[in-house]
Amino acid sequence: MKILVCICHVPDTTAKIKFNGSELDKAGVQFVIGPYDDYALARAVELKEKLGGSVTVLNVGEADTEPTIRKALAIGADDAVRVNAHPKDSLFVAKQIATHAKEVGYDLILMGREASDYNGGQVHGMVAELLGLPCIVPCMTLEIEGSVAKMGREIEGGKEYVECNLPLVAGCQEPIAEWKIPNMRGIMTARTKPLKVVEPTADQAAVETVSYELPPARSNCKMIDADDLDQLVKLLKEEAKVI
Amino acid sequence: MSVLVYVEADGGLIKKSSLEAVAYAAQVANMIGGSVVALATDKADNLADLGGYGANKVLQVSEPRLESRPVAAIATAIAQAAEKEGVSCIVMSRSSLVDAAAPRVGIKWNATVASNVTALPTQEGGFSVQRGVYTGKAFAKVVLNGERKILTIAKNILPANHNGGSAAIEPFSVDFGANDFAIKVLEVKKQEGDILLPEADRVVSAGRGLKGPENWGMIEDLAKTLGAATACSKPVSDLDWRPHHEHVGQTGIKVSPTLYIAVGISGAIQHLAGVSSSKTIVVINKDPEAPFFKSADYGIIGDAFEVVPKLKAALEKVV
Repeated sequence: MKILVCICHVPDTTAKIKFNGSELDKAGVQFVIGPYDDYALARAVELKEKLGGSVTVLNVGEADTEPTIRKALAIGADDAVRVNAHPKDSLFVAKQIATHAKEVGYDLILMGREASDYNGGQVHGMVAELLGLPCIVPCMTLEIEGSVAKMGREIEGGKEYVECNLPLVAGCQEPIAEWKIPNMRGIMTARTKPLKVVEPTADQAAVETVSYELPPARSNCKMIDADDLDQLVKLLKEEAKVI
Repeated sequence: MSVLVYVEADGGLIKKSSLEAVAYAAQVANMIGGSVVALATDKADNLADLGGYGANKVLQVSEPRLESRPVAAIATAIAQAAEKEGVSCIVMSRSSLVDAAAPRVGIKWNATVASNVTALPTQEGGFSVQRGVYTGKAFAKVVLNGERKILTIAKNILPANHNGGSAAIEPFSVDFGANDFAIKVLEVKKQEGDILLPEADRVVSAGRGLKGPENWGMIEDLAKTLGAATACSKPVSDLDWRPHHEHVGQTGIKVSPTLYIAVGISGAIQHLAGVSSSKTIVVINKDPEAPFFKSADYGIIGDAFEVVPKLKAALEKVV
């Protein structure tokens, strides 16, 4: 079983987001593996332990993402590839992944259902289409039986269980695996695992971010007496106009 | 240039979010000059009504294999309809199907995709839209390059009002690819009779403050009074008190109803990421220091077991 896990390098989910013009203000922000990618990586490591094979992680990012990649290696990936480029947009990232995957050939290409910074949720579908593969998203359970993958995903108001032949692409989210924290042995061995840096295929960004803004602050919360709920209902009806 | 809008149906009726998408597409067509073509691949009784929301005509695909809603095949249908109609923009309302299909359409139709769009586009600097980023903590203004664009839009960003008109329905046949049906659906487990959370206009949500799954009856009663869907925080679904598909937050479903009532939820940043785009937020918590109050429009400090039944009684007088 040859598995590729694509990870992104994103601000920690609890980070306070600020901007300098059209750039994220990185001061004081801790960067982590994308939370959804973390689950994809954990499942890949579990599958490798059960079925044998290898796990490669890939990140499209500049040199500052290497600590994040090393963390993925510490969690259990065998080797890593960094495509040396700023991840301009979903299509740019998808093309880098597809180029690498075509060269190497994988049975499974896993990633999170979306990045927690750009929230595009596009890369898995684009990679699948570029490679002519099936794609499941959000993939919440994944079992491999021979050359067949059996998966569960959430749909509006319920769940759907599907199967298809490998190879395939999946955009993962919890509860696909137990979230893994690297142990000391993993951290030590990660230092010596191979991390290959490749240059990107040249491509212009299809979507350019020109500016950011923060959502307007909500006006101060109006506190209502717990014994006067008619007052709340009146406000919901007449002021907020939502009932 | 015209706009193609993909519409979804549930239980034989066009979804409210798809009606919003048609109204949105009509505004885009008005901006760029052109008409609106709607495409339906689900069975629906009210397709002609789409004319009243802004569609000039409706393409209907009748293909039994689409009943299981295979993403790749539906992406093929959307791309071929866009090609045939010569449109320059595709609009779709976000859903589990659309989120999966849009990137495939983007590659098939050689288009630029902007997802989670939260406002109408403008022609400022080309063709620009606002989209939600950093899991609801910010908005980005993005310019879409290229002649062909795809926008997946968030719910409740534009009202859908019917003006009484109707649209002609044309059959549309699709040349499916060999791999379009590669994924076989084994089983679908769907809850019947409930208001679907991602589509809900009102949501009543509860957290660990409810103390156990046996206490959810009062939350369901309050939701029923309001015609709302029920939801929960992540710890509650982790504890199996409620099903995972009710979990709202960063790692669950993101909702943007007009009214979100949070009962016994402290308001962790990951929960706020899933609900912060709600129009009005009401927080009920016995802890006056609960961080959720800072993000709420209306707050009640009190015990959920006393406040919720009283709120239900107060609402019953007016709804």
